[in-house]
Amino acid sequence: MRRAAVSSAAWLVFRRDLTLAWRRWDEVAQPLIFYVVVTTLFPLATTPDLSELSKISGGVVWVAALLSSLLALESLFRSDVEDGTMEQWVLSGQPLGWLLLAKVACHWVLTGLPLVFVAPIVGTALGLPFNAWGTLVLSLLLGTATLSILGGIGAALTVGIRRGSVLLSLLVLPLAMPLLIFGSRAVSMAMDGDSPAGPLQLLAAIFFLVLSLGPLAVSAAIRISVEN
Amino acid sequence: MWTWLHKFASPPHAYRLLGKLAPWFGWSSLVLILLATWWGLVKAPMDYQQKDAFRILYVHAPSAWMSMFTYVVMAVAAGIGLVWRIKLAHAAAAAAAPIGASFTFLALATGSIWGKPMWGTWWVWDARLTSELILLFLYLGYMALRSSFDDPQRADRASAVLAIVGVINVPIIHYSVEWWSTLHQPASVTKLDRPSIAIAMLIPLFIMIAGFQLYFGWAICRRLRGEILRRERNATWLKEIN
Repeated sequence: MRRAAVSSAAWLVFRRDLTLAWRRWDEVAQPLIFYVVVTTLFPLATTPDLSELSKISGGVVWVAALLSSLLALESLFRSDVEDGTMEQWVLSGQPLGWLLLAKVACHWVLTGLPLVFVAPIVGTALGLPFNAWGTLVLSLLLGTATLSILGGIGAALTVGIRRGSVLLSLLVLPLAMPLLIFGSRAVSMAMDGDSPAGPLQLLAAIFFLVLSLGPLAVSAAIRISVEN
Repeated sequence: MWTWLHKFASPPHAYRLLGKLAPWFGWSSLVLILLATWWGLVKAPMDYQQKDAFRILYVHAPSAWMSMFTYVVMAVAAGIGLVWRIKLAHAAAAAAAPIGASFTFLALATGSIWGKPMWGTWWVWDARLTSELILLFLYLGYMALRSSFDDPQRADRASAVLAIVGVINVPIIHYSVEWWSTLHQPASVTKLDRPSIAIAMLIPLFIMIAGFQLYFGWAICRRLRGEILRRERNATWLKEIN
């Protein structure tokens, strides 16, 4: 039997996940709605004054993005592990890291990317000035992509555990704190009119570190979760 | 050539060896900690600025050091366990985690008690305190993951992956928090920089760190013995000892 090339196998996984998500689009929409709802809580809890809100708007948008991407993570590998698909992938002889990276990339396109597009609108509602839009989008692009891979490690570790969602947040949130620091810092620097290049470059550095080492950890964790 | 190593990795041998080592660690740490306590509280000169309040440093700094040291020990043990599949290394990582979490908690508690007279508040979002707090979260996550598996072997290997991911992240977290805090706060808050401390205050600190280090040795011997007992509870060699 001829074995398919790595790239085409990864592409098949990516397309399969997109198709599956398209058929159950309400699951994709839920984290996005959650995102908008969470950001609504902050003005209600603090103050409706836009000039006050704009000071914390970058941070609020980032915290809400972290929380809603966590919400979608729990189901990332669950159905594949439960119906045995993951076992077949482990046995397929394809490099598992690539297949899982394709899966994580699809997850990011479905949950991370919509957040990035909605973020400027939500930010504006919180008084975020227009000159910070570009930085917000760029920082969230890098941040949500990194978080998808980090979250993939957490999701792979907790996939065999019942009620693992709280545990998943407990594992992933401390690891994501540097992203929050650099991301919200970049936004607030852009709001002040400074160049946000420093924190953005640090975000990019963390992204490439996680991109290079993350799939190894995800596949190691999946192997542990699948074998019995 | 490697037979001595294999011998050490066998539970009965390790159990006996740890039992022999524990009292040495225990008594020497007790002597050093008592000596450093007397030296630090009585003999060391008073700080001209912080008066006697600085003396909590002799608990705070060693426990902060031990919290990071233990995390590295735990991650190295977990890595050895994962790569060479040595069960004893996993057991050592499991035994180290609660010790590390306790040291982290001690560092946070003493830091906060110290903060009250120095900064006027119980808690300051200072870089060292904040990264210590995140370290506590990492420990708690590790222990939570370990305890949520029924199968001990899967618990060992899954938490080992987490420990390794965590230890790569610890420096990133540390520097990001440091950068975050220097940009948000006036520099005057972090008063106690290492080089400005007098040599007479430093000697008891080093003795205390050595004492804490030996205490860790004692604690890990005891806990690892307990861990071995728990894991090997049905083994025949255990019946032969008793």
